[in-house]
Amino acid sequence: MLEKMIFGRYIPGDSFIHRLDARAKLIFVFLFIMVVFIANNWITYGILLLFTFLIIRLSKIRLYFLINGLKPVVFLIIFTFLLHLFFTREGPIIFDWKFITIYEEGLKQGIFISIRFTVLVVLTSILTLTTTPISITDALEILLNPLKKWKLPVHELALMMSISLRFIPTLMDETDKIMKAQMARGSDMTTGSMKERMNAIVPLLIPLFVSAFKRAEDLATAMEVRGYKGGEGRTRYRKLEWVTRDTLIILSLVVLAAILVYLRN
Amino acid sequence: MDISLQQVSYAYAKDTPFEKRALYDVDLLIPSGSYQAIIGHTGSGKSTVLQHLNALLKPTEGVIRIGSTVVEAGKKNKKLRELRQKVGIVFQFPEHQLFDETVLKDIMFGPMNFGVPEEEARQRAIELVRLLGLPEEVMEKSPFDLSGGQMRRVAIAGVLAMNPEVLVLDEPTAGLDPRGRKEIMELFYRLHQEKGLTTVLVTHSMEDAARYADRIAIMHNGKCVLQGLPMEIFSDEDRLLDYRLELPQSIKFQKKIEEMMNEKLPTLCLTEETLAEELARLLKKEREV
Repeated sequence: MLEKMIFGRYIPGDSFIHRLDARAKLIFVFLFIMVVFIANNWITYGILLLFTFLIIRLSKIRLYFLINGLKPVVFLIIFTFLLHLFFTREGPIIFDWKFITIYEEGLKQGIFISIRFTVLVVLTSILTLTTTPISITDALEILLNPLKKWKLPVHELALMMSISLRFIPTLMDETDKIMKAQMARGSDMTTGSMKERMNAIVPLLIPLFVSAFKRAEDLATAMEVRGYKGGEGRTRYRKLEWVTRDTLIILSLVVLAAILVYLRN
Repeated sequence: MDISLQQVSYAYAKDTPFEKRALYDVDLLIPSGSYQAIIGHTGSGKSTVLQHLNALLKPTEGVIRIGSTVVEAGKKNKKLRELRQKVGIVFQFPEHQLFDETVLKDIMFGPMNFGVPEEEARQRAIELVRLLGLPEEVMEKSPFDLSGGQMRRVAIAGVLAMNPEVLVLDEPTAGLDPRGRKEIMELFYRLHQEKGLTTVLVTHSMEDAARYADRIAIMHNGKCVLQGLPMEIFSDEDRLLDYRLELPQSIKFQKKIEEMMNEKLPTLCLTEETLAEELARLLKKEREV
């Protein structure tokens, strides 16, 4: 059931995108989030879609699989689409029936927002799908390093992040296991009224919390026993290397931004 | 309830890049009232087979018959609840499933899910606390205040409380001390005999398989490679080694003795007790000569 969730998972591979420096990918996604907001008409949104599609091809991740992974956010996308569809009151009326009135501008805005959403989710998924959690946190730590001047505990933050990422699959497995154990005892989480379902969650959540706390304690002990004492003087096993293709991918984004600025209204 | 698996295959995370085949064309027949052991090396698919026995996993190919219930690849089945009441599974480290405020309430969780009235469920729970040798005062305690061994017993009681006809055990004694191990295995054996429970034991312990099971199946790389009586299974050491399994201690010892004394014992000694008897007989004979 949970094994279909792709968010936050890494798929090993050797595509152009896989080989990019994690820092480049992080900067890319960060800038892309801003670039997306430049688009404001059919052509520019079309270009965004095309660009995203190109990135998907470069990452060699099966399209079908990405779409499948999008399912959890589809609800959100549809919701915002409907919100715009019904509540924007601009432009000529294209549909009118009893209390439902749809304006052309509403339809347009709805479609635009949906594209924006999809593109963002797809690109961030590609980031996590093609980059190991370790290199993401390494990259984050390096990129945030200047903030140390203002006493931001950068190393600790990065460590927290890598630990939480590291435990996502473990907790997923754990959830699956406990869910099965309770289902075998007749608990039913998939049918029944809302209230029944909420009640069925309790036998799942309590054991999960208990084991998560236990794991955290064990991990803390294990780290202390092995003499961990923070980032001071710590070196890295894997080194990130910035090469030409990393500069190129950032440049491609600059080009995209320039084109969008030129073509927007 | 007879249980039969026919040509059952299973793949985890089907149709994703993480797809992993776990079972290939498994055929297995577990007659009603028998004690079936499933042994195999780590990752051989033992636990996957076990989860099919009450349809927690549904086969990607093949058919499973459990009593009158048929679980077939790609078909929906509405009777799963009924099935889950009849087949109780004690998972590995079952103490991880404890959650309720008190030990009694936790044991009552299963039966009450299946519609047993509260009073009867409570009665069953009290009986089981006694049966499993837990001290009376734990009944109103939080399960999280108990020791590891006690938690294990409470969790087992939680499964037994559903009054299943088939009891499926996944390494029920892993991580227990030798005495607790023996007590729990003996308890399952007693239930098997007294209540006629069909018992399926998944284990790493050749000794447990040899001592308790009347039938043994060997899993290897997702296939069920061998089925038979313990005597047959443990008669061929080389074949076991092929599947990365070993002989039970008693038989290993028997072989060494036979080599030393240059004499064969009349039967394969599946337990220490039979080994001791056979040796005593042999030594007596020797003295008489």
